[in-house]
Amino acid sequence: MKELRVEADRKYMQTVQDFVNEVLEENPECSRKDVLEIHMVVDEIFGNIADYAYDDKPGPVIIAVDTDEEGVIALTFSDEGKPYDPMSSKEPDVTLPASKRSIGGLGIFMVKNVMNELDYEYRNGRNIFTMKKRIGGNHA
Amino acid sequence: MLNIKTDLKGEAIAISLEGLLDSQTNPKLNAVLEENLGKVREVVFDLANLEYLTSAGLRSILKAQQAMEKKNGVMTVRNVPKDIMAIFDSTGFSALLNIE
Repeated sequence: MKELRVEADRKYMQTVQDFVNEVLEENPECSRKDVLEIHMVVDEIFGNIADYAYDDKPGPVIIAVDTDEEGVIALTFSDEGKPYDPMSSKEPDVTLPASKRSIGGLGIFMVKNVMNELDYEYRNGRNIFTMKKRIGGNHA
Repeated sequence: MLNIKTDLKGEAIAISLEGLLDSQTNPKLNAVLEENLGKVREVVFDLANLEYLTSAGLRSILKAQQAMEKKNGVMTVRNVPKDIMAIFDSTGFSALLNIE
């Protein structure tokens, strides 16, 4: 397992993307589509933490990536900010016309669509959000 | 990485996107939209070379669509790659955009 610790600030977005991408590149099973989907997931989840987890000064975020022999990648974001379950956000109404649309909740909705498993817990003052995806081949 | 090509002719603008449209690159597109949406009545997006997008990208596209609807203009989205079409479908964007 590899870990990266950064401040919850959007200025570290590329650092986080590069860190996750490096782990993916070590896995020959990982397709370009997997890379793009995980890139989107990092953009959504790290962005949310940077925007909302801490009120005043940004605190830490730890990003952990792990891949197993069965071709499952596990991506965990943990922070010490306000307790927040990303899966509790209201599902967006995807049937509204453009004039009534907002983007709230769309990011996590897209994340749910590309990851196979999501798990949130609040433990010892930390939000721990783990997402798993089966990479390679034509798995969902 | 996102490359943007624009072609402004009178009250119409064609915008071609190449690369990734995410939270890091969408400020670049937002700047183009801010500069031009007030001047035009027609927007044509060409997504042939757009590799992927995140909700930040959807936000920019929605902003352009809303701006055109507000002034009875037209927005068209062309050459949508398969993986991006899948995102438009799942998020309901394929119903609210005029896709050719």
